[in-house]
Amino acid sequence: MAECHPVGFQWVMEAKARGATIIHVDPRFTRTSAMADLHVPLRAGSDIVFLGAIVNHVLSQDKYFRDYVVAYTNAASIVSDDYRDPEDLDGLFSGFDAENRQYDFHTWQYEGREVQAAAAQRDMEYEDRAVRTAGRGEAHGSGGARSGTARTDPTLQHPRCVFQILKRHFQRYTPEMVEQSCGVPPELFARVCDELTRNSGRDRTSAFCYAVGWTQHTVGVQYIRTAAILQALLGNIGRPGGGILALRGHASIQGSTDIPTLFNLLPGYIPMPYAHPDQDLAAFLAAEGTEKGYWANIGAYTTSLLRSWWGDAATADNDYCFDYLPRLTGSHSTYDTVQRQLAGECVGYFLLGENPAVGSGNAKMQRLGMANLDWLVVRDLTMIESATWWQNGPEIETGEMTTADLKTEVFFLPAAAHTEKNGSFTNTQRMLQWHHEAVKPPGEARSDLWFMYHLGRRIRAKLAGSTDDRDRPILDLTWSYPTEGAIEEPSAEAVLAEINGSDADGNPLSSYEQLKDDGSTRCGCWIYCGVRADGVNQAARRKPGREQSWVAPEWGWAWPANRRILYNRAAADPDGRPWSERKALVWWDADEQKWTGHDVPDFPPTKAPDYRPDDDARGPQALSGTDPFIMQDDGKAWLFVPAGLTDGPLPTHYEPQDSPFDNPLYGQQRNPAREVLPLRHPANRMQPSGSEPGAGVFPYVATTYRLTEHHTAGGMSRSLPYLAELQPEFFCEVSPELAAERGLEQLGWATIVSARGVIEARVLVTDRLTPLTVAGRTMHQIGLPYHWGPTGYSTGDAANELTSMSLDPNTHIQESKALACDIRAGRRPRGPARLALLHEYQRRAGITAETGTEI
Amino acid sequence: MGVRTWIEGWPVYRQALGADRTGRGAAAKSRTSETLTPRTETADEVVKSICPYCAVGCGQDVYVRNGAVTQIEGDPDSPVSRGRLCPKGSASLQLTTGSSRVQQVLYRRPHSDHWEHLDLDTAMDMIADRVIAARRDHWQDEQGGARTRRTMGFASLGGATLDNEENYLIKKLFTALGAVQIENQARV
Ligand code: SF4
Repeated sequence: MAECHPVGFQWVMEAKARGATIIHVDPRFTRTSAMADLHVPLRAGSDIVFLGAIVNHVLSQDKYFRDYVVAYTNAASIVSDDYRDPEDLDGLFSGFDAENRQYDFHTWQYEGREVQAAAAQRDMEYEDRAVRTAGRGEAHGSGGARSGTARTDPTLQHPRCVFQILKRHFQRYTPEMVEQSCGVPPELFARVCDELTRNSGRDRTSAFCYAVGWTQHTVGVQYIRTAAILQALLGNIGRPGGGILALRGHASIQGSTDIPTLFNLLPGYIPMPYAHPDQDLAAFLAAEGTEKGYWANIGAYTTSLLRSWWGDAATADNDYCFDYLPRLTGSHSTYDTVQRQLAGECVGYFLLGENPAVGSGNAKMQRLGMANLDWLVVRDLTMIESATWWQNGPEIETGEMTTADLKTEVFFLPAAAHTEKNGSFTNTQRMLQWHHEAVKPPGEARSDLWFMYHLGRRIRAKLAGSTDDRDRPILDLTWSYPTEGAIEEPSAEAVLAEINGSDADGNPLSSYEQLKDDGSTRCGCWIYCGVRADGVNQAARRKPGREQSWVAPEWGWAWPANRRILYNRAAADPDGRPWSERKALVWWDADEQKWTGHDVPDFPPTKAPDYRPDDDARGPQALSGTDPFIMQDDGKAWLFVPAGLTDGPLPTHYEPQDSPFDNPLYGQQRNPAREVLPLRHPANRMQPSGSEPGAGVFPYVATTYRLTEHHTAGGMSRSLPYLAELQPEFFCEVSPELAAERGLEQLGWATIVSARGVIEARVLVTDRLTPLTVAGRTMHQIGLPYHWGPTGYSTGDAANELTSMSLDPNTHIQESKALACDIRAGRRPRGPARLALLHEYQRRAGITAETGTEI
Repeated sequence: MGVRTWIEGWPVYRQALGADRTGRGAAAKSRTSETLTPRTETADEVVKSICPYCAVGCGQDVYVRNGAVTQIEGDPDSPVSRGRLCPKGSASLQLTTGSSRVQQVLYRRPHSDHWEHLDLDTAMDMIADRVIAARRDHWQDEQGGARTRRTMGFASLGGATLDNEENYLIKKLFTALGAVQIENQARV
């Protein structure tokens, strides 16, 4: 965090100054470790063992916050009799379909009630929910009753209650297993358990901060889920000083998830519809919505979105143009898109401030995909590798590509900088902050707002008058925004107003509670509703922090409803009193009969703690006054996830796709549901693992990361003299022991090889990386900052030449944080010899198209 | 210049006898630097902004003079950052005003080995034509008996460095065109 979110880290230092203990768990010793009380180096890729063993410790030593767990989590819920755990099936959950490598989640559901997820893969319930709603359900499905009440056992004794399942699932995640698999000695592990549990409970809270070190794995979602289980057991969610904080790496990466430039989402986490026969809006809403909690209002959110996109063309009679939305069939993630490009089915590509030629997993595959396009539009501030691969990419040097043979037409359109446009970024705490235009963009540089608006305007003009049914969605689209100045820059305020939404008379809405499913309201992103309450740009509020409370509610605007801590009802006990005065945040004011506190309560403002719903209640009214997790179908924090995840209801340790080690816990080596098969390609070969023959060719573990002085794939930093001077070229970090083993010299060169590529880096010999003892042998790790490519002032090979396209099945994110590789002294070969070395490694390891792709 | 002024102009003298004993502040200043004023003092206006790099979202004050950005500093009012910026945020003056920025549209023809300039209007028109053609040529009305009403002909990648309003228009326009392959760095 000190490296990659340096200014945010000042608050960790403030906490430390007030007595907080800082624990840093990372394969590398970094600036964060230097400031921490405890640094715990572990093997990259072993985090579920580490966290799972803490869960086991908390459960077996009775260290959990019992009142919180019983009242606010699903610990007491009883799970279906058909559920089987990896403990029973040697690493698989019940419901695995080996042919399609997918899980049928039905046996994971509660007994007596089928719930829907508040996020993730909701379409998996389509057959049960939409089809049954349409009156044809009995033929399909699980038989589990959807409505009703799940059976619970508040004593937590029932053998099939979540609490007992959890205990059993993690029983072999022990300190000895941590030592064997993570390389963390038992004394150090015991200290972590002790510090964490001592600092959690009624009077104290602990927070977890993570970044892509957790997400970029074939089991990334389950890493974070393990932390979620732990924090829920310890009572650290919804309370000040608690939580699991995703430290995100781009100015508005949170915003681009909320208002998603992502294939599987519509604004506000409404799922993009999948293709199903005869699907109308009602079927979609029935399938994707919940019965209880705020997702039951999905109709209001969706209808308001459709009304804001298609305006008066969207009527009740035509299902508010629901049919205008294109449909998904499976995954269309950026990695699947590369496959489509290679197949010649996707011929055009827009790159809008992103540099996949060095920044995405398996950079070569990205370039091969681009080389097969008809046209490519790159919009960026400076010339980046994704615009120049046809000129000077690695394949030109090896002779795999010849410029004259490359057919792709490339447009480079210069972009405007943040100082040259109005707009809002959503930071890592879900807070929108407006930045104001200071000057006009130079030359032909334009904002992406300008680009999209004028591109849309032109396309609409060219298609005007078309009678083709497929052109209706683009011609009926609401697409008139006021423009300003000589360059006709569209008004970002007007776009924000559309996002915020309006009532039937065009007045700005102030809360998503006002949204209706009858077409009378419009709203471009329901969770952002209120950002322009009273017609005022709340994101532009800048009351100085020192003139406000510690919550600083009048700086910017956080979704939803300017709440700064989500699910903060959990900061009070079931009766509505703060768990302790020290940790008071939001509480029930019995005199006023409403919730109050330092933050905006994340709860219906007048729902009393003793409120109990009628049996036929729906939506938010169906949750009781003690259900803090108001987006969930049962109002509880899910220790066990009965729906929504594609790879299991509980986190289970699987080895990384390419690992020098066997899975010490199960016969199942890798995540059985990971995505690897559809991405097979000669340039995306996988490696043998563990005790498989040939695995010894790649004996070390590499992990990628960022430096303080550069930004992601370097597009915004390698061309800056200041930053280039601070970190002038690509390097790798190795321990003195590994340097000795492989003859690597400080400031000399090393060549690093995986089944995908060969790169070279300057060597930094440092005890910041320490060898660990794993499975009884010494294991070395190699640190690879991933900022580089051949352009800019600071240059070097891209670490992503080594990474593979093997993905987490929930998020479709690649595994770039743990991969087996080899390292040798000296520079890499030039020209065709670079390829020859790669092929020699593949041969030595016996790699074929099938290697590593088995279940 | 009198002798006294001359001697007092000598940094070591000032360091030895003045308040700045470590010689890292006032004692080290030359007469030229004495007369300099910071760019922040001569600015015509200060525009409120946010750092464009990571998601901490530090506040920035953008100093403008004669229609050009002259300096970018941390915003002391921000409860997030309290005036601080890290090396990247501090370097954002170079990001926005540096010579590496491309200011003209560039175009590489199929099979060509060089860039050529294209004016913005022509480029926009060509891109619009290409979107329409790719959309049409790779249109898919249905798959496996279920309606898809989409095009697989073009894709887009990017958004995490852009504004919410920009992401909104990207998603809205491309979805209305029937594209589903819309992605950003959140996946990467
Ligand atoms: S100044 Fe540094 S820490 Fe702050 S937002 Fe910018 S990159 Fe992040």
